[in-house]
Amino acid sequence: MTMKAAIIQLPGLNRDRDMITALTKISGHAPHLVWQTETALPDVDLIVIPGGFSYGDYLRCGAIGARMPVMRAVAEKAAQGVMVMGVCNGFQILLEAGLLPGALMRNASLKFVCREVKLSVENANTAFTRSYQPGQIIRCPVAHHDGNYFADDATLERIEGEGQVVFRYTEDTNPNGSMNDIAGIVSESGNVLGLMPHPENLIEAAHGGDDGRALFESVLGKAA
Amino acid sequence: MTIPNVIRITDDLISAHGLKPDEYQRILDLIGREPTFTELGIFSAMWNEHCSYKSSKRWLRTLPTSGPRVIQGPGENAGIVDIGDGQCVVFKMESHNHPSYIEPYQGAATGVGGILRDVFTMGARPIAAMNALRFGAPDHPKTKHLVAGVVAGIGGYGNSFGVPTVGGEVNFDARYNGNILVNAFAAGLANTDAIFYSKAEGVGLPVVYLGAKTGRDGVGGATMASAEFDADIDEKRPTVQVGDPFTEKCLLEACLELMKTGAVIAIQDMGAAGLTCSAVEMGAKGDLGIELDLDHVPVREERMSAYEMMLSESQERMLMVLRPDKRGEAEAIFRKWGLDFAVVGKTTDDLRFRILHLGEEVANLPIKELGDEAPEYDRPWIVPAAPAPLGAVPQTNAADALLKLIGSPDLSSRRWVWEQYDTLIQGNSLQIPGGDAGVVRVEDHPTKALAFSSDVTPRYCEADPFEGGKQAVAECWRNLTATGAEPLAATDNLNFGNPERPEIMGQFVRAVQGVGEACEALGFPIVSGNVSLYNETLGQGILPTPTIGGVGLIPDWSRMAKIAFAGEGLTVLLLGGPDGWGTHLGQSVYLRDIHGRVEGPPPPVNLDAERRTGDFVRGLIRAGRTTSVHDCSDGGLAVALAEMAMASGIGATIAEPGDATAEAFFGEDQGRYIVAVASDMRDAVVAEARKAGVSAHVLGVTGGTDLKLGEARAVPVSELKAVHEGWFPAFMDG
Repeated sequence: MTMKAAIIQLPGLNRDRDMITALTKISGHAPHLVWQTETALPDVDLIVIPGGFSYGDYLRCGAIGARMPVMRAVAEKAAQGVMVMGVCNGFQILLEAGLLPGALMRNASLKFVCREVKLSVENANTAFTRSYQPGQIIRCPVAHHDGNYFADDATLERIEGEGQVVFRYTEDTNPNGSMNDIAGIVSESGNVLGLMPHPENLIEAAHGGDDGRALFESVLGKAA
Repeated sequence: MTIPNVIRITDDLISAHGLKPDEYQRILDLIGREPTFTELGIFSAMWNEHCSYKSSKRWLRTLPTSGPRVIQGPGENAGIVDIGDGQCVVFKMESHNHPSYIEPYQGAATGVGGILRDVFTMGARPIAAMNALRFGAPDHPKTKHLVAGVVAGIGGYGNSFGVPTVGGEVNFDARYNGNILVNAFAAGLANTDAIFYSKAEGVGLPVVYLGAKTGRDGVGGATMASAEFDADIDEKRPTVQVGDPFTEKCLLEACLELMKTGAVIAIQDMGAAGLTCSAVEMGAKGDLGIELDLDHVPVREERMSAYEMMLSESQERMLMVLRPDKRGEAEAIFRKWGLDFAVVGKTTDDLRFRILHLGEEVANLPIKELGDEAPEYDRPWIVPAAPAPLGAVPQTNAADALLKLIGSPDLSSRRWVWEQYDTLIQGNSLQIPGGDAGVVRVEDHPTKALAFSSDVTPRYCEADPFEGGKQAVAECWRNLTATGAEPLAATDNLNFGNPERPEIMGQFVRAVQGVGEACEALGFPIVSGNVSLYNETLGQGILPTPTIGGVGLIPDWSRMAKIAFAGEGLTVLLLGGPDGWGTHLGQSVYLRDIHGRVEGPPPPVNLDAERRTGDFVRGLIRAGRTTSVHDCSDGGLAVALAEMAMASGIGATIAEPGDATAEAFFGEDQGRYIVAVASDMRDAVVAEARKAGVSAHVLGVTGGTDLKLGEARAVPVSELKAVHEGWFPAFMDG
C-alpha cells in the first residue's frame, strides 16, 4: 500500500516546500496540497502542517490559521485516528486548534533563533518515533521566534506521566526556555504530533546529517 | 487633510524638493510652462540622486558589465547570469542606510523587502540573502540600539518571507556613528526562458496595480520637506516605510503563479518613488505613454491627494502591463492570495505620462524626458592624497595578539547576529555564515550549487580608494574561489559621503576605477548595483564603502571546500601572495587594534597573481585534493588559521617565521589562501603551484587541540573559541 500524505497550505507558511521535498524524497510520492479554504481532505494517512508564519503571525502565532475552514477537516481526521503532524508554526496551529495541550510563548531570549540543537527521543513507542531508539540523542535544527513551551502544572504532570513528551532538548541546548525542555509532544491518543524543531531540514548528506529522517520513516512506514 | 494640486510653486518649494534652480529651469524648458504641484513632486522623485544617479552615472558607465554568461547587466531590477541547464541567477544589492538609522527595525526590514522584490519581479524565486552592515563605534551610545534593531528587522522580514540568509558582514567604526550602512543582497533562481522585464509593449493595454494598498508612508522620502506642506498637514508621518513580510510572501507566490499563466507583458516593483518611478520606467523603456487614473488605486487611507499617491513608498506593491484576455485568470490568483488587483491605467502611444485624479488631469509630462533627460553631472573631484609610508611597527607576542584580535569587535564571531536569521530554510544551505562564502545548492539539480559573498575593507578604501576598490572585488572573488566556485559576476553597492565635495567625489571616482580594473582583470563583471551618496553627518563622511556582492558557481558540491581543517596530520600550505611569510602591516587590523595606529598604505592587490592563485586553488578543490581552504584577510595568517582551527576543533603547529613575526602572522598581504592537503600530496602541490607561478610555502601540520604559532605559547582551540564567541553576546547583553 502506498503511503498518502497531505500538506496543509496557509498563506505565510514558508517551510511547505521543505516538507514537500522531505516527504517526496523519503516516500517516493509527492503529497497532496490542500489550500486553507478546503472543507474536506483527500483520503490520506498523514496530514502535515508545515512551518512558517501563517498570516504573518501578526496575531498570536497560529491563532488565525487554526480558525481557517481546513482546520475543521483536520480535526475531524485527527478524531478518526489519521496521523497529523505540525512542525513549528504547524505545532503552534495545532495548539491553537486545541488538538494538543499547552501553549508556545515567545522565546525566553525574545529573539528569533536558528541553530542546531540536540534532542532526546523520550518516547520511541509512537507512530512518529518508532524508528528511533528509546533515549536516542539526535541532532536537529530549530528556527523560530515563539517556541517556548508552556503548560499549567496539571497538564504538564499529565503529559509527562502519559509519555506524551516525545522530544526533549538535551545537552543544554534548550533554545527557547521551554518548560521541562519540551520540544515535541503527542496527543493522548498518540496520532497527533507537534514539534518545534525541523526534522525536514536534516534528512540527507547535503544537510550535513540525516537524523530527521527516521521520524519520516517511522510515520511513513506505519502506513505502508 | 489632503494637499491640493494648486499650490503655488515657490523657490522654497522647489528647493524643498531637492531641485536646484538650473534643474528647475530645465523642467520649465522641457514642458514650456510651470509644473503643477504633483508634477513638481514627480520631477523631484525622478531626478533625485537616488533614482537618477546624476552624480555617479558618468563613472558607472566605465565598469565592465558584460561577459559570456551575462544575460542582463545594470539597468533592470536586477542583474541576470546564466548558470547553464536553462537556469539563471538573478541578483542585486541595495542600500537602505538613511531609513535604518532613523528607524532601525523597519528601515532594515524594508531594505530586505525591497531587494527581494527586485529579484522576484523578474520571475526568480529568491534562494539566498546577505547583508553587509556597518555600525558606529561599539561605545557610541546609539550603536547597540541600532545593531539590535537592524538585525531583528532583517531577521523579522527575511525569516517570515522564507529566504535563507547565508552571508554578510558586520563591522564597527566611529566613522559610521552618524550614518550606519545597511546593504541588502538577494539572489533568486529563474529559468532563462521565463525572465520578466519592465519594458512595456503594446498600446491600449491595461496597467494593473498589484499587492498591498497605498498609504501615506514614505511620501516624498528624502526630497520632501516644505514649510507649506508641514503647515497644512495634520499628522506628520514618518518617512520610513513599514514592512509587511506576510504580504510580500503572498505577493511572491501570486506573482510566480501569475507569470506561469502568460498574462504578464511587463512588470516592475514599486520601490523608491513608488507609482511614479515604476510607471515611468515601464513606459519610457517601451517607448510608450502611460495614463493612470488614481481613482482606481487601492488606498488604505482616506482623501489621499494625487501628490501623495504618486510619491507614496508603501511597500509590497507591483505594477504590471497585462494581456487583456488573461484578466480573469490573473485577478483570481491575486484574490486567492488576499491581494489587491486593480486596473489603474493603460499604455498609450503619445509618450506622455498622464495622471487623472477626481476627474481632473493633475499631471501631463513627456515620459521619456522624465527618465532620459534627468540631469547628469560631471562633478569636480580631486585625486586623494597618497598615504604616507608606514614607519616601524613593534613586535608583539603572537599568542596574545591573536587572542586579542579574535575577541575584538571586528574579528569576533558574528554568531549572535546570524543565529537570528533563518539560514536553513528551503533545505538547500550547504554553507551558512561563518565561512568564506554562503553556499546554496541549486534545487532539482543533482550537483550544482551557488556561492555568495559580500566584501569590502573600508579602511583600505579610506587610505587609498583605488587599491581599496580593487581589494573589495578581489576579496569577494577570492572568497567565492575558496569554496571551489567559479566567480560569475558581482553587484556593487557604492556607499559614500557628499559628492558635492571634490575630495569625496575623488574617493568615489578612484574607488569605481579600482573596482572596474579588478572586475576586468578577474573576468567578474558588475551586473547590477546601487549608489548611496550623502552618507554624511555634520560634514563628516563615512569611510568610503564600495560593497561588492559576488556570485559563484560550483558544478559539483561534493567537491567543495570549507574553512574547517578536514582532519589531523594534514599539511598546512600558504598559497599566493609574496614568496614566503607576510610582509604588509599598513592599514592592518593588527596595527589598528594592537597598536592603536591607522597608518600606511593598504596592501596592494596584484590582479594577475590573484587570478593565477585563485585558478590554482580552485583546481585543487575541484580535483578533490583539498576540502580545507580559507582566504587570508583581516588579521592575516594567524586569524585565518585560528578560524580554521575553531571551525574544526582541530589544532595546528605552525613554523616559526624568525624575524618579523608580526608581519608574518598578522600582515594582510593580498591574494593568499591557506590550504590543508594530505601530507603525501604536499611536495606535488608545492611543485605544481610554483610551476603555475603561484608562491607556495609550507606552514605546518594540523593536529592536537592547540594552535601553536611558531615559538609563541600554544593556545587551546577551546580558549580561542571562548574568546571568539564571547565578544558579541557580552557587548549586546552588557
